[in-house]
Amino acid sequence: MFPVVRQAMTRLAARNGSPRSAVPWHERLIEVGLFACGALSVLVTAGILLVLAFETFEFFQGVSLGEFLGDTRWTPLFVDKHFGIWPLVCGTLLTSAIAIAVALPLGLMAAIYLSEFASARARRILKPTLELLAGVPTLVYGYFALVFITPILQKFIPDLAGFNALAPGIVMGFMIMPMISSLSEDALYAVPNGLREGAYALGSAKLPAIFRVIIPAARSGIIAAVTLAISRAIGETMVVTIAAGQQPNLTLDPRVPIETMTAYIISISKGDTPTGTLEYRTIFAVGSMLFLMTFVMNLVSHRMAKKLRYGGAGT
Amino acid sequence: MRAPGPVDRRRGKVGERLFVWLCLACVLVPLAMLGVLLGDVIVDGAGRIDWAFIRGFPSRRASVAGIWPALVGSIYLIGLTAMMAVPIGVGAAVYLEEYGRRSKVAGFIEVNIANLAGVPSVIYGLLGLEVFVRVFGFGSTILAGSCTLALLVLPIVIMASREALRTVPDSLREGAYALGATRWQTIRQVVLPSALPGILTGAILAVARALGETAPLIVVGAVVFITFSPDLHSQYTALPIQIFNWVSMPQKAFLENAAAAIVVLMVVLLLLNSVAIVLRNKYQKRNY
Amino acid sequence: MPAKPQAHRASAAETAPKKIDVKDLSAGFGDKTVLRSISMPIEDKRVTAIIGPSGCGKSTFIRCLNRMHELSPIARISGKILLDGRDIYDKGVDPVLLRRRVGMVFQKPNPFPTMSIRDNVVAGLRLTGSLRRSTTDQVVEKALVQAALWDEVKDRMSDPGGSLSGGQQQRLCIARALAVDPEVLLMDEPCSALDPIATARIEDLLHVLRNDYTIVIVTHNMQQATRVSDRTAFFLTGDLVEMGSTDDLFTSPRDPRTEDYITGKFG
Repeated sequence: MFPVVRQAMTRLAARNGSPRSAVPWHERLIEVGLFACGALSVLVTAGILLVLAFETFEFFQGVSLGEFLGDTRWTPLFVDKHFGIWPLVCGTLLTSAIAIAVALPLGLMAAIYLSEFASARARRILKPTLELLAGVPTLVYGYFALVFITPILQKFIPDLAGFNALAPGIVMGFMIMPMISSLSEDALYAVPNGLREGAYALGSAKLPAIFRVIIPAARSGIIAAVTLAISRAIGETMVVTIAAGQQPNLTLDPRVPIETMTAYIISISKGDTPTGTLEYRTIFAVGSMLFLMTFVMNLVSHRMAKKLRYGGAGT
Repeated sequence: MRAPGPVDRRRGKVGERLFVWLCLACVLVPLAMLGVLLGDVIVDGAGRIDWAFIRGFPSRRASVAGIWPALVGSIYLIGLTAMMAVPIGVGAAVYLEEYGRRSKVAGFIEVNIANLAGVPSVIYGLLGLEVFVRVFGFGSTILAGSCTLALLVLPIVIMASREALRTVPDSLREGAYALGATRWQTIRQVVLPSALPGILTGAILAVARALGETAPLIVVGAVVFITFSPDLHSQYTALPIQIFNWVSMPQKAFLENAAAAIVVLMVVLLLLNSVAIVLRNKYQKRNY
Repeated sequence: MPAKPQAHRASAAETAPKKIDVKDLSAGFGDKTVLRSISMPIEDKRVTAIIGPSGCGKSTFIRCLNRMHELSPIARISGKILLDGRDIYDKGVDPVLLRRRVGMVFQKPNPFPTMSIRDNVVAGLRLTGSLRRSTTDQVVEKALVQAALWDEVKDRMSDPGGSLSGGQQQRLCIARALAVDPEVLLMDEPCSALDPIATARIEDLLHVLRNDYTIVIVTHNMQQATRVSDRTAFFLTGDLVEMGSTDDLFTSPRDPRTEDYITGKFG
């Protein structure tokens, strides 16, 4: 009986941080293994950075940075090659802007409804139902944009091309709207009740209280939600590949075909461009630009979300 | 002091009612659109589905084309992906929640995972292309594809597992330690079983996500026209790839095929999600 | 610190007209009844203190007076509360408008963090759409003077509302409530989150305010009740045990439970 008790005490002491030698070796091994699983994520990040950096570096051996950022045409596969990134960036930003223009009001108003007006039961049913929108593969949204939305829009906008920025933009907007509504609702919910009561006790009706007190207090959380949604829209691939077209076009006209950065990467990967060539490397250069843009957005979102968590109502 | 004012008339009440309806509309319109989308796909494609379609191979003639290689490819893909992503993801979650709670290294890993969750899926494709297809030499095979997808869904598995581990109350852990159990014994025999429903849900969600992914697979070389059943070492295709290919073709008949394949895909996804929900409910009842 | 003025004015001995008349008020949450058949007057331009041990229903009571009680989804209520003779729970009465006549200051100061001090003071007017540009500065100064905060903040009106000390924040909330020009001011343990010096300042404030406003103050501090109020009501587990002039209640209570509470036998 005595040795068993001593063993138990030793094990407890190990949990509390005293001599590591009290922990049996196979447990240490397991711990190392689990750590390796976690460290894999660091490896993945490093891998992404290295791969992008390496191939982009090789790319810039053949194309100057000035041309990449300065030229306004993107024609790497034509005989007359141009490597200006702007048509692709413009295409991405155009579709993303349309998406946010749809998702932001929808998402924010939905969040206001769920947070300030809906009964507990309504919230319980509606919130997860909205999440369903995020569960549909983006491929299906692409099909929908091409086959259903574009023809309908063409009835109202006669010179809308078969491939355009408007249809995928709108569909993307609906697709990412739950992201904005869910995160904004969390932010609104986190506003301390004392502020709400303060406004009502002053004789404020619900609307002024919402717009003048509650939403400003939830500001950082809402911005976090929106920047995350922007990042998502920028990185979206299938909807725009299917419905927006494969013609790089430096334009702000949503009715004509354009090509986004993501769609370009797909178009090259689908084809027979041989590896190791400059043309092949363009997908990494474009990928680097894409990564940079989404990374910045994610960073901003994270900083804003932190403010929400630690700054309470946030200022 | 002013005389007592009116207590029962106020402007703006109508405006407020309108606003509430408008907000409710913002919730319902996207749901309606989802309904329209599903309806449209079913109307377009459901008629095309028959046993020949499921067992058939792609063809230049739309009416005899089928999805069999794509189905087989998808099943292989998500099977392998799950086999890789779930153990590693759960392991990482266990490390972060049970071992490294407050250390700086754990914090750094956490930041990394949060970052990776926000990286566009094509970038994972580029990573897989360079590392798995070329450097590791897997070539454009299912192995490369599932490795890539595993990395993509890893953050999902990790985050869901962490949530599940967090719901296990500390009192259970303390009870085990008080009996003289080691940390790993506690985890394996007390914590993990208790967190199992959440972990399973996370795994199923990850698999569902992997099933619908198209972009990274295209980048790592999933091919679109396969006339044989793929295996681990051959070229391969997957259901989303097949759909994408058919959507990109100009002939209308292929669009019908695409819709039909989408219906098959959605049915499978629906099944997966339902299993996840049922599992979660069943185990929640058991725990209480 | 100014010398403490006499706690009760001579004229407070007279009974003033009823500003608020509570008739047979019962209130609760879900299945739980918190207040049982309360009937009591609140006299015009007097300070009425509500005292009693925790859980006796004091906060619920004053939250009924400005219809904040019903903000809870499981709130229940019966009885009448007459403000100048009209039942505030009448079908035609808009609670929003009511709250502009009956203001409230909370236990935990809650200035709006995203607004400056100046904006906080006029927040009530801005939220209700009654702010006029031309009179803003005057309104702000008057409210802050009334709340005895003007001298301390007049040079930093653009600072955020949350940058003040606890006692100053509470006075800011009082200024904010006063700027709406209510007739009645409800105060739910306004000093319990403050230090003694800040508490003393607010008590001094009340002596001046009661010339112009009807004040109902909930307090768990009996000495505070004797210092600031003209009338006192003693609540115990949802019942109104006794009510009377503060002097009488504390020197010769009629009910033995009141005497026990006052002498500290429980609570």
